[in-house]
Amino acid sequence: MSDVTKTPLLEAKGLHTYYGASHILHGVDFKVGAGETVALMGRNGMGKSTLIRSMLGLVPPREGSVFVRGQNVTRSPTHKITRSGIAYVPEGRGIFPNLSVKENLLMAARAGTGGKREWTYERVLETFPRLSERLSNGGAQLSGGEQQMLTIGRALMTNPDLLILDEATEGLAPLIAREIWNIIRTIRASGIATVIVDKNYGALLTLVNRCAVMVKGQLVFDDLAEKMNDEIVQKYLGV
Amino acid sequence: MDFYSFLIQLLNGLQYGLLLFLVASGLTLVFGIMGIINLAHGSFYMIGAYMAWALAEQTGNFGLAVLLGIVLTVILGILLEAVFYRHLYKRDHLYQVLMTYGLILVFEELRSIIWGDDVHGVAVPALFSASIPLTDNLSYPVYRLAISAVCVLLALGMYLLIQRTRLGMMIRAGASNNEMVQALGINIKLIYTLVFALGVALAATAGMIAAPISSVFPNMGGQVLIICFVVVVIGGIGSVWGALLAALMIGLVDTFGKVLVPDYAGLSVYVLMAVVLLWRPEGLFKRG
Ligand SMILES: Nc1ncnc2c1ncn2[C@@H]1O[C@H](COP(=O)(O)OP(=O)(O)OP(=O)(O)O)[C@@H](O)[C@H]1O
Ligand SMILES: [Mg+2]
Repeated sequence: MSDVTKTPLLEAKGLHTYYGASHILHGVDFKVGAGETVALMGRNGMGKSTLIRSMLGLVPPREGSVFVRGQNVTRSPTHKITRSGIAYVPEGRGIFPNLSVKENLLMAARAGTGGKREWTYERVLETFPRLSERLSNGGAQLSGGEQQMLTIGRALMTNPDLLILDEATEGLAPLIAREIWNIIRTIRASGIATVIVDKNYGALLTLVNRCAVMVKGQLVFDDLAEKMNDEIVQKYLGV
Repeated sequence: MDFYSFLIQLLNGLQYGLLLFLVASGLTLVFGIMGIINLAHGSFYMIGAYMAWALAEQTGNFGLAVLLGIVLTVILGILLEAVFYRHLYKRDHLYQVLMTYGLILVFEELRSIIWGDDVHGVAVPALFSASIPLTDNLSYPVYRLAISAVCVLLALGMYLLIQRTRLGMMIRAGASNNEMVQALGINIKLIYTLVFALGVALAATAGMIAAPISSVFPNMGGQVLIICFVVVVIGGIGSVWGALLAALMIGLVDTFGKVLVPDYAGLSVYVLMAVVLLWRPEGLFKRG
């Protein structure tokens, strides 16, 4: 039970989040330990993205707290939260279309916690050789797969301890999706913790240590990946 | 029109256009990046001009007055952003127009209290006071060439800042997706403050260097504001390079209009605007 004794990298306690009057998160507890790979699952509209965005301060929770390495960051601005070693690949990817591929990467570059600079521009391009052929292209001229590689590459430029991927392979052709899964494996092997949201539960389960399942703004399952079974998948994910 | 008269008008038109660009670039940047319609932008031009006059009187040195003025207006920009403009980013354009219109009144009143309502001339700095003889009775003032040169240098500096530096990349990224910029660990508020202060300082600098040729007078900001909005609309709202092209076009059309069709001179820039907008409703350049 080493996870319990170690302070989690990122932890949410009792989050209640609203969009205007609509109550979306109903007291969510969620945590990610260092080096852990967590699947965040749930059908459409269950609140996965909202949970992520609440933890990052993009949609501040009305109640509850968020901790990074035990530090309360609930009311901190987003850039302070992500500066403590968190990188975010959003749904829809968030490429800057008016910047070139190279600029998309360079603008994000910074040392991680403790000044580590393991992910340099060169290393990102080695990891994503396709991007090095498109450096001067505008971000909007890329294919979906290339865009996803660019957002992941851009996230790595911040030398994170935790990478949060919302909809890792959504809308990608199977071959490209497989490439993305392989890249996530490489990232995981480099010691970076990951939280992954994806609809491809099969691929997800071969990758993660732990699964968290959301239904209507609540976490209904949170356990080791081995504990996940068809019954739970049927019940909560309806596939 | 003979060649030398044409040359003089051409240089005047370019100089006027470049000066307009300095003012309009800040207006369009602040709109493109923070989404703010800033009616008080012309006031920064006025404040710059009055500062140049007052500081030149105090120090007896126009160059020093301009340098001091730039420092002061950067500080002014930072304060105004932190105290007033920051609260407008997420608001409707109606609130922006109301507050910034209110600020015009405040700035004019403060100007009246601090500097009075008189018109003041500012001496052309001695270094640039010469004229270049062109023909027996035509010459061109060096100071106007110096204004153009300063404007070109500042425009070049802006180009390098926006296109070639990481700060520039962050500024452009902020214009397209500020949430993502924050999620990458970048303090977008600081960037907004910098962009705003840059816009204030550019407009004020334009007012300062224009003071020796235009003199300094109440409501000078209002005139500039209107023509700058024309520049921004023709150039494409939010586009700095569109503003450069539009400002040069307006400078030339206005200057030659006054010479060629003096009876309709006041209309020429609006005719230009109408023609451009009929051809390209979004302006010459789209935002970006
Ligand atoms: N900006 C918003 N304003 C109002 N309601 C929103 C907003 N974003 C999401 N919602 C609502 O909040 C609920 C949770 O949405 P969320 O995007 O977190 O779900 P999700 O689990 O990520 O779904 P998906 O799998 O479709 O991405 C949904 O009912 C959605 O309609
Ligand atoms: Mg989602």
